[in-house]
Amino acid sequence: MSLSRENWISLALLALLLAIPYAAINFGNPFYVTLATRMAILGLAAVGLNVALGLGGLVSFGHAAFFGVGGYIAGIMASHAMSMQPLNFGLFALPASNQMPAIWIVAMLVAGVLAAAIGAISLRTSGVYFIMITLAFAQMTFYFAISWPAYGGEDGLSILVRNQFPGVNTMVPINYFLICFGVLVVALILFALIKNSRFGAALQAARQNEVRVASVGIAPFRIRLVAFIVSGMITALAGALYADLNRFVSPSMLSWHMSGELIVLIILGGVGRLAGPLAGAMLFVMFEFLLGGLTERWQFFLGLLLLGVVLFARGGLIGLVAGRQRHG
Amino acid sequence: MAEPVLDIRDLRKTFGALKATDGVSLDLRPGEIHALIGPNGAGKSTLIHQIAGTLKPDAGEVRFLGQTVNQLGVAERARMGLGRSFQVSSLATEFSALRNVMLAVQSKQGSSFRFFKPVMRDKSLTEPAMAALERVGLKDRAHVPAAELSHGERRQLEIAIALALDSKAFLLDEPMAGMGPEGSRQLTGFLDGLRHEAPILLVEHDMDAVFALADRISVLVYGRIIASGSVDDIRNNPEVRRAYLGDME
Repeated sequence: MSLSRENWISLALLALLLAIPYAAINFGNPFYVTLATRMAILGLAAVGLNVALGLGGLVSFGHAAFFGVGGYIAGIMASHAMSMQPLNFGLFALPASNQMPAIWIVAMLVAGVLAAAIGAISLRTSGVYFIMITLAFAQMTFYFAISWPAYGGEDGLSILVRNQFPGVNTMVPINYFLICFGVLVVALILFALIKNSRFGAALQAARQNEVRVASVGIAPFRIRLVAFIVSGMITALAGALYADLNRFVSPSMLSWHMSGELIVLIILGGVGRLAGPLAGAMLFVMFEFLLGGLTERWQFFLGLLLLGVVLFARGGLIGLVAGRQRHG
Repeated sequence: MAEPVLDIRDLRKTFGALKATDGVSLDLRPGEIHALIGPNGAGKSTLIHQIAGTLKPDAGEVRFLGQTVNQLGVAERARMGLGRSFQVSSLATEFSALRNVMLAVQSKQGSSFRFFKPVMRDKSLTEPAMAALERVGLKDRAHVPAAELSHGERRQLEIAIALALDSKAFLLDEPMAGMGPEGSRQLTGFLDGLRHEAPILLVEHDMDAVFALADRISVLVYGRIIASGSVDDIRNNPEVRRAYLGDME
């Protein structure tokens, strides 16, 4: 099978990301492992958003809700597992688990239900109203987290011991990086499959022309709703990983800054492109680290960069390197 | 007489004080081309929108294949087999011509909720789509993005999409508009044969095409059908000549 130029770039980026932590360890600077893990996790979160925003043209300004919910699930499960208290739902109780696979499944299921509810309402609007209504829902989850003292409220919730993964010591930074990297690779494969599938065709066509899709007999609403749910679930998985990376979750994961950051990552990397979110995340984290060390006002320069991309390189980094997107 | 494929009964739609559709009844029978003509602002587009499902009528009924479709949306009517071309062509512009048609094939095959199989390697999608493109003479342009097709080619593409849907009736809104004389002539020949597959409700300003093709003509003026009949009936109808044809001939 011959690979397209875009797929080569995706592989090259993944190889680069994989090389960073090993190079860091070799050069005796293990801090960079955490940096690479951050890149992988933010990239994963943006891959999730890219399903809705890139393929579907659904500019969600509320994906922090899913990111944060994933984070809180990881935090809450960890704290219950630590104190051996079952999760009490009133009518029934479930044992808490500190196993990552279990946490991920719960995080994605909860985020999926939340995305179904938010999407069912938000997707009846479009354009700027959609942006605002998704923002409003995310703000609701933000204020809910702040005013819920059981899990730290405004102060957030610490994860004393990072959750476990079968057969792996997750406290070793490189191990945790590899877990996150593996999840990212799976998500990228999933994204590529969805993009080229029948579902992806309908979703991308609905972005280009809603009337056309309806008049061949495909109702755009249901397609978009499913895309929004899948999108939220992937971003929630990233949130769970992020909480475990920092061993801390706070309402800031739910804030609108976070939603904006995810959009910025995608615009930097290339909207709707397979490796766009990863390219954006790598650039963003590098920028934050390098410039953040020099000046507190690094975001000013990030703004300049974003401005440059929007004005001169609409397709983002990937568009710059791989050229414009062609559809069959 | 065979039961009409499409049957519109006493349809009414007002926008404020404007009666855009004022008690329109018309039908479309198997094997025929029924042309709908009328001056600008007569309410042709409003009527088409109500038949396709983008607008809800205030009163009256649209029946398709023997059942009322008033409560059905655009997508449901399309799935029943109401194929449509637009006054201003409406396509997924980033997609190639082929992928635009493939979307129709995929809809006809059923579910779009398939997440893993790549469409471009799915012969059950590409082959029927290519066949539809070949029928309208766009095979060589299959891989060109719809945005880069000429005006006339986009028109042909819309018809290919309607063909791929295996439509039970075609709703063609000014398919000749913007086409050169040669293109119009070819399309006229094509539509002439198409009526045997499924009847066509044809909204058209090109009177040569209408007179060449139509089995029946209905004339819409100010939201009302003022005359309906054969080509000769309409040509010789004094009211039609005064309202519409008079200023053209």
